[in-house]
Amino acid sequence: MDLIRYQAPDLAPWSALDRWSNLRDELNSFFEMPFWSSLARTGQLFTGWSPALDLYESGDNVVAVVELPGMRKEDIDISLHDGTLTISGERKRESTDGEKAQRTERYVGAFRRSIALPTHVDANKVSATYQDGILKVTLPKAEEAKPKQIQVS
Amino acid sequence: MNTLTREARDGDRAHAEQFIAPPASVTESAEGYMLEIEMPGVNKDGLDISVENNELTVIGRRSVPPVEGTLIHHESRPENFLRTFELDPSIDADKISAKIEQGLVRLTLPKAEHVKPRKITVS
Repeated sequence: MDLIRYQAPDLAPWSALDRWSNLRDELNSFFEMPFWSSLARTGQLFTGWSPALDLYESGDNVVAVVELPGMRKEDIDISLHDGTLTISGERKRESTDGEKAQRTERYVGAFRRSIALPTHVDANKVSATYQDGILKVTLPKAEEAKPKQIQVS
Repeated sequence: MNTLTREARDGDRAHAEQFIAPPASVTESAEGYMLEIEMPGVNKDGLDISVENNELTVIGRRSVPPVEGTLIHHESRPENFLRTFELDPSIDADKISAKIEQGLVRLTLPKAEHVKPRKITVS
C-alpha cells in the first residue's frame, strides 16, 4: 500500500503554483489590513505625499502642472537647480479642539517633487500661478533651446 | 427607429461618464461634521452637491484651461470626481453648506438641534 497518493506527473508543477497563489493571497490579505491599505491605495510607501505632475513642452515654454488641492500659496516652494525643477511644500494639519477625526484620507505633511527639464530654460523668467488647487509653472526656454528657422540663402 | 437608437446611445454615453473617487476627510465636533474633499481643477461652477434618500452626492467637474504644447510627462487623471456619503441621522440635511477653495471642497453638516449636547441646570 502506497502512503503517498498517486499524482500524475504532468500535474505536479501546479503544486508549486498553488503555493505561489497562497503566498499571493497572504500578501493581499496583508495589504488589506487598514494601515497598509491606506498606503497601498495612494501608492506611497514611506515616501510621503506625491501630487500628480504633468509636463508640457511647446516651442517657447516648458510648463509644469501640479495638482495641489487646498494649499496656501505661501506654503508652496518652487526651485530650479541644474536643469531640475523641484516643487515642494507642506500642508499643515488644521486641528481644532473638540474635533474628532472620523476618516482621514487626505494627506497632511510635506511633499517634494523633482523633474528633469527637457531643455535649458531661462531661470529669471520663470512664473507660476495657483488656481483651483492647480499649480502651473511656466518656464520660458533659453534662447539657444528655442527652435530656429534657418533661411537658405 | 433611427431616432430611438440614437437616443439610447446618448443615454448610454451619459451613463458611462467616468468618475474617480477623490480623497476625503471627515471630522466630528459637537456642532456637526466637517467634510473635506480634494477636487483639484474644480471651481464653484463645476460643483454639484445633492442629498437624496439620506445620501449625500458630491460631483466635481474639472475646468482646467488647456496648456499649450505637447504633453511629455503625464500623471494626472482626466476623469471628473464623484463621491457619495451616507448621512448620519443626526445631521440636519437642510442646513448643509459648502464652499470650495483652491480645489478643496469643505462641507459643513450641522447636527440637528435635538441631538446637540445640552447642559441642564439644576434649579
